[in-house]
Amino acid sequence: MRELNEKALAAKEKKAALGPDIDLKTFTVEPPPHEALDSLYRLSEGDKKRMLTTGIEASEQGRAGSYIQKDGTAIFSRSMQEGLEVIPIREALKSFDWVKEYYWKLVSVDADKYTSRAQLDLHDGYVIRALPGSKVIYPVQACLYLEKEGLSQNVHNIIIAEEDSELHIITGCATAAHVKSGLHVGISEFYVKKNAKLSFTMIHHWAEDVMVRPRSAGIVEEGGLFLNNYISMKPVKSLQMYPTTHLIGKGATARFYSLLFGSPGTELDVGGRMYLKAEGTRAEIIARAITNGGNIISRGELIGEVPEVRGHLECRGLILKGGTIHAIPELTGRVDGVELSHEAAVGKIAQDEILYLMSRGLTEDEAASTIVRGFLSVDIPGLPQALKEEIDRAVDLSQQEVM
Amino acid sequence: MLAIEDLQVKLGDKEILKHINLEIKTGETHILFGPNGSGKTSLLMTIMGYPQYRVTAGKILFKGHDITHMSVNERSRLGIGMSYQRPPSIKGLKTRQMVQICAHDGVDVEGLARQMNFSDFLDRDINVGFSGGEIKRSELLQLMAQDPDLLLFDEPESGVDIENIALIGTTINHLLQRDLKPTADKSKKQVVKERTRMGLIITHTGFILDYITADKGQVLYDGVLACKSYPHAIFKQIKEVGYEECVRCAS
Ligand SMILES: Nc1ncnc2c1ncn2[C@@H]1O[C@H](COP(=O)(O)OP(=O)(O)O)[C@@H](O)[C@H]1O
Ligand SMILES: [Mg+2]
Repeated sequence: MRELNEKALAAKEKKAALGPDIDLKTFTVEPPPHEALDSLYRLSEGDKKRMLTTGIEASEQGRAGSYIQKDGTAIFSRSMQEGLEVIPIREALKSFDWVKEYYWKLVSVDADKYTSRAQLDLHDGYVIRALPGSKVIYPVQACLYLEKEGLSQNVHNIIIAEEDSELHIITGCATAAHVKSGLHVGISEFYVKKNAKLSFTMIHHWAEDVMVRPRSAGIVEEGGLFLNNYISMKPVKSLQMYPTTHLIGKGATARFYSLLFGSPGTELDVGGRMYLKAEGTRAEIIARAITNGGNIISRGELIGEVPEVRGHLECRGLILKGGTIHAIPELTGRVDGVELSHEAAVGKIAQDEILYLMSRGLTEDEAASTIVRGFLSVDIPGLPQALKEEIDRAVDLSQQEVM
Repeated sequence: MLAIEDLQVKLGDKEILKHINLEIKTGETHILFGPNGSGKTSLLMTIMGYPQYRVTAGKILFKGHDITHMSVNERSRLGIGMSYQRPPSIKGLKTRQMVQICAHDGVDVEGLARQMNFSDFLDRDINVGFSGGEIKRSELLQLMAQDPDLLLFDEPESGVDIENIALIGTTINHLLQRDLKPTADKSKKQVVKERTRMGLIITHTGFILDYITADKGQVLYDGVLACKSYPHAIFKQIKEVGYEECVRCAS
């Protein structure tokens, strides 16, 4: 720990490689105390409603476990299935030595001032682990909730799918309805072990003046599958993330899907980077970005380091009413025998598609929203139906703002 | 009834339809012939109301309404529907949803899809990766759900394989109520009177004539309508002497 702290201290002022710089001093690091809950029914109606927009069910129905964090406090945390562990990270670091083998092992603590802050002022976070061979069929839900105005919420999450396990997580990040500004720093480290399957679906519902700096990285071993879905359809001031995934075992696969919407005043800089480091690895990054006044940078980078690997990048952007979309796809092949491709398109709704639908009876507005809805429906093979429905719900909830 | 009066249309700066006069009475089906680039698709798109086809003179009347400047969806609501030659594909919009958009309440989408041999396509994105023939079946399926009064078909048989051409032909015939036959207590005249559907069918190959009975045929040549006659007679002429001669004889 001391070594981590020293490194973190040294990076305290270090600007991030990407995204507008944030003056950390404008946010408070003192989270207010919150009482732990013995049941999610005791959440206020307002909180329940807000959390539901990010896929968090207060009834816990259809969920294998829950982790709810309000500001800096883990107020609720439990597993309801054998073979599944859901533990607040501060408690886990104190009680279990094995956690240290995963803590700051994929993300560098001195990457920038945000990682530094997550070490020096940690406000908890979760450790979710599926034990070897266990199949957690229902998704585990995790919510990082910001209730205090102007707080810098600094969390660290560790997600482990042990060998031959299957784990699905839906994580909702949201602000209470009254919150206007705040900062969310979130470190996430993903470990997908041999022949394990992990899906991680993150839905963000922040507020207009909130800044968000997730810092995540994952590793996928032989035969493992990592599905990473990210949905940000609500206003946020500035969000920058560029998660990195390392495919290190034979036949490992990672797919990253993102659905982004930028309203006026929103700046999103989102991408994924994947290193294909073993034979037969597969990587796919698919992004759909829509703006009606916001600025979106959609990045993607595939790096093929060994032969017999395959990767594809796809970014489609739709500019509805002002704003910019900047697609930056990058491919690097370092040896013979890599197969990497990309496809990027930025444009507006095609007039011939509108007219086609109008000739079937829709008004112009109905036609446009039908096309946008189609644009945002991406097939994600391997994702459980319940999570597909959560993604659809998040998209439907924003339809009004989009159009 | 559809009545087109002295219609002139520009696409960009180009005059593509010149002094078109055309009348399709209630219950009638017309066949439209013409070489590539003569303006056939343009005529159908103009009737459907595509704004890039600018009407510079003349008018279009349908069911007693002047629809010359109506929007595409208003025309659709009024009962005009079209089967496109090359419709756009829409990513993420399932064929099933598209058919539902077309459908009136109570339409059995699955049942219609079975009729069109198209059940396997309902969960695919509309027109994405469809072959030429699949597009035609998809278009007909949509029209069956929509059930308009005036049906515009743009080369419905092009790209369709032999197995499906009869299906396309009989479906169109049915949509246009051409399959109503005289019976013991119904004379031919009564049957004809009972027809309410109107059709305008573009054909390039003429194959569709084997399946469809039509009332009139016309040739569009260089933006001008010529040569009203029986469809089979026109088709025979075109095959024998070509379009140029065929049109010359009419003038
Ligand atoms: N988008 C376009 N821009 C310019 N010219 C066009 C366009 N579409 C069609 N045309 C021209 O308009 C004329 C009529 O085309 P069209 O109606 O498609 O003919 P047809 O259906 O009889 O083959 C042709 O000369 C064609 O090249
Ligand atoms: Mg044509």
